[in-house]
Amino acid sequence: MTQKIKDASIPTIPFKARFSRWFGRNLLRIYMIFGFTYLFIPVAYTFAFSFNDSGKSNLIWKGFTLGNWQNPCGAPEVCNALGNSIKIGLLATTFSTILGTMIAFAIGRYHFKGRASSNLLIFLPMATPEIVLGASLLSLFLVFKINPGFWPTVIAHVMFCISFVVVTVKARIASLDPRLEQAAMDLYANELETFKRVTLPLVAPGIAGAALLAFSLSFDDFIITNFNSGTLITFPKFVYVAAARGIPAQANVIGSAMFFLALAIVIAGQLVNRKKTR
Amino acid sequence: MVRSVPAGTRQLVSKDSISARGDLKLTRITKSYGDFTAVDDLTLTIPKGSFFALLGPSGCGKTTTLRMVAGLEEPTVGSIHLGDTDITTTRPYQRPINTVFQNYALFPHLTIFENIAFGLRRRGIKDVKEQVDKVLNLVELPHLAERKPTQLSGGQQQRIALARAIVNRPALLLLDEPLGALDLKLRRQMQIELKWIQREVGLTFVHVTHDQEEAMTMADTIAVMNEGKIEQMGTPADLYDNPKTAFVANFLGQSNLIKGKIEGSDGDNLVVDLFGQKISMPKSRSHAVDNSMYAGIRPEKFRISLVGTPVRGNSLTGGRIEDVSYIGVSTQYVVAMPWGQEVMVFEQNDDGVPPFDKGDEVNISWEPNFTFGLRGDEDIEAGTEVNPEELEEE
Repeated sequence: MTQKIKDASIPTIPFKARFSRWFGRNLLRIYMIFGFTYLFIPVAYTFAFSFNDSGKSNLIWKGFTLGNWQNPCGAPEVCNALGNSIKIGLLATTFSTILGTMIAFAIGRYHFKGRASSNLLIFLPMATPEIVLGASLLSLFLVFKINPGFWPTVIAHVMFCISFVVVTVKARIASLDPRLEQAAMDLYANELETFKRVTLPLVAPGIAGAALLAFSLSFDDFIITNFNSGTLITFPKFVYVAAARGIPAQANVIGSAMFFLALAIVIAGQLVNRKKTR
Repeated sequence: MVRSVPAGTRQLVSKDSISARGDLKLTRITKSYGDFTAVDDLTLTIPKGSFFALLGPSGCGKTTTLRMVAGLEEPTVGSIHLGDTDITTTRPYQRPINTVFQNYALFPHLTIFENIAFGLRRRGIKDVKEQVDKVLNLVELPHLAERKPTQLSGGQQQRIALARAIVNRPALLLLDEPLGALDLKLRRQMQIELKWIQREVGLTFVHVTHDQEEAMTMADTIAVMNEGKIEQMGTPADLYDNPKTAFVANFLGQSNLIKGKIEGSDGDNLVVDLFGQKISMPKSRSHAVDNSMYAGIRPEKFRISLVGTPVRGNSLTGGRIEDVSYIGVSTQYVVAMPWGQEVMVFEQNDDGVPPFDKGDEVNISWEPNFTFGLRGDEDIEAGTEVNPEELEEE
């Protein structure tokens, strides 16, 4: 501040008022910094410890190494478990997205007897505690003499992912102007072509979002999987079991890699969107 | 009775219908939704090549009528013919009819070019590029071909919606309140443009609107609709100069309706008593069914003169100027008549300053030929309480 401005005739604003004004303007930013710090400290910790030259237990920092990243399958069983999780995730995503999208269209577009109750029932798996779902699914499989394992796990995952797919896709369908489909029909497109060329492309972002959500829910699931997978080891199960004797740093590598992959997908999606609207 | 076509014959019907041309005939169409009758026993012929307007307030059934013609609704009873082809139950994509939707309904995921090409591609037309370019030039927006609809202004979207429809050269183009979302200035400009384009392409336009000025500016023929029925149909001048009902008289412009009694006839004229003063009017312009009548005179047809000056034609004496509004091109007077009614008079300001002041004792006069006669049992308020600005959306 220069001397010139310190003119006695210009009323000065007291420090307290200036501070409170600054604080008021930046309150949201300060809050945001705290919020993100809270959210990202665990991620940062996981990422940092993926470089730990840990040996058996990855609890104490013992020195920097790139070895874990160069050899992510180094720890016994870790990549096998990862492979199982990805396989189950992709299958569960495919089936739940197809089925859920069809349900969403039925509920969102058509009036039929039992529509309101279907709408309500679809929320039920989301509201039921996972531990209950997992236990009842297991007893159901056993009643039908199906042994826990790969396919029962896929079926269980499809079951709880469907609700999320329906809710996500239905929201997209609700925001779709029915006049667009009428316009397509008016312009000589029959029902099938209207769906293919107008409805589906417009609902696609919702379906893609639902599929990503379904995959991350399936990949992440521990409780229901634990009940229904039998001897099959998935990635969450592996981490849980490993926790008893020290999680290998490779788990941190895979966790961090998943995080950055998800981040990359989100950023890519944003970029594509921005390009489209420009 | 809902007409249904057996599944096997549907394809056959569509092949005929898509090439159908000719007048559009609606025969005894009724459309009900539960207890509510949106369109009530409507019969209407729209000649090929005309610019036809369906005019009426919100909820009068005009949009429902349009949607039945487009194939987006099916009539409860009645039939729709295009030329000799029955299209009552054909699907929208089997009709040679295209619509400009109220909010344009451009496909947001397609470029302007692909939006316009949509109909051509569905019908397997070969020279898509050439035709789209041609119609883009017609609406003067060739530079926007590669944009997306959201990047266009309202007026531009309106023109693209029009282009997307007319590129198909349909037998019938339906316009559902096409200018409703535009501001007044742009609306005026588009009215003129639409009319020009209609002449240019020579298609039949059916235009649905609640804006009487818009209908009168553009259409050759207007059908005024009210409560699911057609009140009156004719050229804009017919409707304005000789309305058959109070609803039409009030919905199209302003009217003075004065209660009267038919006393007798004098050649081709009727002699009508209006609160003790005799006037005459042509018999052909009376729609009264007995000897009670409302005599209707448009405000601009009245002339005002000071008591004592000679008058021509019909005259009513004993008026007093209640209110004067100078609005530039004309002056509007409210004149209180001896029987307690206030009448509106518009005088052109073609001779300088307003010559009458509030409180002046005056007579009003007009040419007998400008009088129209309505049934004496009409509700003279019908159609007055409708404010088009409040009824943008149905």
